[in-house]
Amino acid sequence: MFKTFKIGGVHPEANKLSAAKAIVGAQLPKTAVIPLAQHIGAPANAVVQKGDKVKVGQLIGEANGFVSANIHSSVSGTVSKVDLAVDVAGFKKPAVYIDVEGDEWLETIDRTDALVTEIKDDAKTIIGKIKDAGIVGMGGATFPAHVKLSIPDGKKADFLIINGVECEPYLTADHRLMLEKSAELIVGIKILMKAINVDKAYIGIEANKPDAISKLTDLCKNEQGIEVVPLKLKYPQGGEKQLINAISGREVPSGKLPIDAGAVVQNVGTAFAVYEAVQKNKPLIERIVTVTGKTVREPSNFRARIGTPVADLIAAAGGDLEASGKVISGGPMMGKAMTNLESTVTKGTSGLLLMAADESERAAAGPCIRCAKCVDACPMGLEPYLLMQYSQRQMWAEDEANHIMDCIECGCCIFSCPAKRPILDYVRLGKNTVGKIIRSRKQ
Amino acid sequence: MGQLVVSPSPHARSSVSTPNLMYGVIAALLPALAVSIFYFGIGSLIVTLTSVASCVLFEYLIQKFLLKQTPTICDGSAILTGLLLAFNLPSNLPIGIIIVGAAFAIGVGKMAFGGLGQNLFNPALAGRVFLLISFPVQMTTWPVPQGLATNYIDAETGATTLNMLKNHFGNVADASQMFLGNMGGSLGEVSALALLIGFGWLLYKRIITWHIPVTIFATVFVFQGILYLADPVQFATPVQHLLAGGLMLGAIFMATDYVTSPMSVNGKIVYAIGIGVITVVIRNFGAFPEGMSFAILIMNAFTPLINNYIKPKRFGEVK
Amino acid sequence: MEIVLYSVIALGLLGLVLAAVLYVVAQKFKVQEDPRIDEIVALLPGANCGGCGYPGCRGLASALVSASDISGIKCPASSAETLQKIGKILGQEVVESEPKIAVVRCNGSCQNRPKANKYDGAPSCAFAATLSAGDTGCSFGCLGHGDCVAACRFDAISINPETGLPVVDETKCVACGACAKACPKGIIEIRNRGKKDRRLFVSCVNKDKGAVARKACTAACIGCGKCAKVCAFEAITVENNVAYIDFEKCKMCRKCAAECPTGAIHEVNFPPRPPKAEATEEKQPVQTNA
Repeated sequence: MFKTFKIGGVHPEANKLSAAKAIVGAQLPKTAVIPLAQHIGAPANAVVQKGDKVKVGQLIGEANGFVSANIHSSVSGTVSKVDLAVDVAGFKKPAVYIDVEGDEWLETIDRTDALVTEIKDDAKTIIGKIKDAGIVGMGGATFPAHVKLSIPDGKKADFLIINGVECEPYLTADHRLMLEKSAELIVGIKILMKAINVDKAYIGIEANKPDAISKLTDLCKNEQGIEVVPLKLKYPQGGEKQLINAISGREVPSGKLPIDAGAVVQNVGTAFAVYEAVQKNKPLIERIVTVTGKTVREPSNFRARIGTPVADLIAAAGGDLEASGKVISGGPMMGKAMTNLESTVTKGTSGLLLMAADESERAAAGPCIRCAKCVDACPMGLEPYLLMQYSQRQMWAEDEANHIMDCIECGCCIFSCPAKRPILDYVRLGKNTVGKIIRSRKQ
Repeated sequence: MGQLVVSPSPHARSSVSTPNLMYGVIAALLPALAVSIFYFGIGSLIVTLTSVASCVLFEYLIQKFLLKQTPTICDGSAILTGLLLAFNLPSNLPIGIIIVGAAFAIGVGKMAFGGLGQNLFNPALAGRVFLLISFPVQMTTWPVPQGLATNYIDAETGATTLNMLKNHFGNVADASQMFLGNMGGSLGEVSALALLIGFGWLLYKRIITWHIPVTIFATVFVFQGILYLADPVQFATPVQHLLAGGLMLGAIFMATDYVTSPMSVNGKIVYAIGIGVITVVIRNFGAFPEGMSFAILIMNAFTPLINNYIKPKRFGEVK
Repeated sequence: MEIVLYSVIALGLLGLVLAAVLYVVAQKFKVQEDPRIDEIVALLPGANCGGCGYPGCRGLASALVSASDISGIKCPASSAETLQKIGKILGQEVVESEPKIAVVRCNGSCQNRPKANKYDGAPSCAFAATLSAGDTGCSFGCLGHGDCVAACRFDAISINPETGLPVVDETKCVACGACAKACPKGIIEIRNRGKKDRRLFVSCVNKDKGAVARKACTAACIGCGKCAKVCAFEAITVENNVAYIDFEKCKMCRKCAAECPTGAIHEVNFPPRPPKAEATEEKQPVQTNA
């Protein structure tokens, strides 16, 4: 019997077009544009200048405070400028431009494929190495990993959950990683377990990836305390709170963090990056990016350097931009629609999805028929239709009283709405405003 | 390439749309319509067509000329209201009265509140109850089932099962005949079988959830069962009450109307228990033999209150 | 007869007792309110626009009554006359301030600022501003979804369908500042109305470097600083690649507007500029007048 979370959820079409495609290395870009703000928290401070020669893996941006992350050069070459670069949303953010010359790595990085299973470091050193390597949540949230692994005083983690759910339609980056780097992944999980001092880890994988489930289950037979948990197909199972609930039955209390339910959740991509950082001394300079969509000739999984222009990857996969109306960074449920194609791959770019022109625009919204489908679909047990009405009328106090801050913005409400109403747009607006009100109250 | 479309996530939508829900319910009503034509003949067809046509026409006229909106008659909601109104009428009702009922259902029951999604009461039931108190004689002379009859206004009439049960007269059909629909009554309410087929379809298409109908059935069964056990002579059996009158039609198609029923699962259950209890009370102790329409309308009025006080269970609720 | 008598007595007594209770309760829970609050509320416009920073007109009135010095608290939507009346009620001097008006500092019309992508979401600037930088190359300019229009209680601002930009109706605007507060991009500024309603301002807030700004919008301020150089009154500062005219210092000579290469400096309600040859002669009297 497959497990799943208990409230709400929807079943979008999976469309895993690139599931059978092995990961291939993407071509090195001519110029890498590496943003200094690729994570949640303060942007990193540039530590290189125009004209500096850099090698692959060299630090180019230093974390600015605890909730921030280091940025490393993903290519070797000359820094041509430190200037603003456009991000997916069209905002201009500081970035380091590097003209690529050859592919020269720092000598300290172990570039061999040899599996290093022995974990020599203690917890503190591990977290230090993860911090130095600039690892962030690779599922797309990009929250600095070392912050999540530094458990606050007075709290204790009971178990580690590894998120291999990949409930977003289309995306297959995590799926391919689990298949192709299973052994490394297991070592990564053991490192994470040591870092947060737990003796139990669960790998949550949805039932539509039977090959990954069986491969990892076989590998875990010889491991103490690592268990693969097959999960029923349901979105948003990859949400932290939903995944903890599905696997352990625990509920993260409203307004609290997973650690308050005794859980630490990390993505499989993060676990693999941790393996590379701790065992191979390799900072986070590349990631797996799924380039997919119905208008992509050859949906693919690329291992791409951070800073590779997204247009290069789309071209490499044979993306037909003429027939597409929308390009999404991430999956169709939570990904961001791009305003331009000038941005580059960042640590959080889990996929590039091209939507056909006729699927790109929203259908016209009709009146709410109070069918309660949004209420049934909401995995947080909220009343999205009501929150939308309150936000439209700027009734922020009512929004707050109806727990708008619990919303995880998964989009189940808007997905299930038969009247095609922009429910989540207004809920987000309400959430932003109520968040500001709450913060101003605390001051 | 044209300009990139930038919209907030999610970028995927389910295929369900308002018209397709409405037409789904209409499809679910077709078996009952077929049975009705089989038992009541041409009259049933005339009443249904008149009702649907006039509901659609009134909606069009009101939207176009009174509200100056783009008419949305294609969304199927007016067709559905017309169909449900017809299902609650006797099959020998004169056309004029049907048109008045449709005008009330759409004009007062729906559009006066602001149109689709805004109405407090189920429009079809509002129309039906309006006709019941305005034309009590015509609305309570029920044709007896004859099998593909060709007479309309002049159909042979008789008492409904509920009337017989309440006032202890006549030969009540046995349960299996009642289940098939071989009894007097409003044109769409008679066949429990056909309505249950519709219920199955609605559940299969996920148009409604089971909560409201099943809770109503259970409440009526339990409450009537208690009365029956207390005094088997005075009160009819729970099975007879489940099969007779508009209970099936009301529970499956009218009480589950999206707009006028509560949003949360717990709210739906409270609402359904209320309908069940009020129906049994009216049927056994009230002036009318049938109480389903009134029960639903009364609970419709409570829906905003239920929505306000009964909230869905939240994830990670801190008590 | 007796019944009537007893009834009257019983009811009468009951009435008296209840009246006494009501009186006691009313006295005990009486809310003491300064009667001047009602007087002031009667004078205020009653739109509850929030422009004063208090919750509605009544909130402002009670703040005025309880303040020892009212110089910082005033209704931006009321006329000078009304403010004087309020001052009289409170027995305080009201310093007259320059009348003000809302000014839209963006000139990114459809022609000046071509669309780069297509926004397809809720028609709310506040929300669109969190989603992306906007549907043009300029990430500072007007989004055009009309949050300012919705915020205005005086029906004084509307979106011009041709340019897609908000237009302020000078006769209706009371400079309450609700639109400025509602605009997530901060392009609406409350400025002095100016003599004869004449105003001069930089209609752009784009902080990008000149070339980038110019590429996104032909009417952008490119921060070239020509206006600052030509200004004789040091009223113009260029910061973050965008110029700003200080309306307290500006003497309305219009030299800057003539100098601006992109036409980002707007002149409102000035008589049409004379042909170039006479320009210098014409400017002289304007300066001496000021």
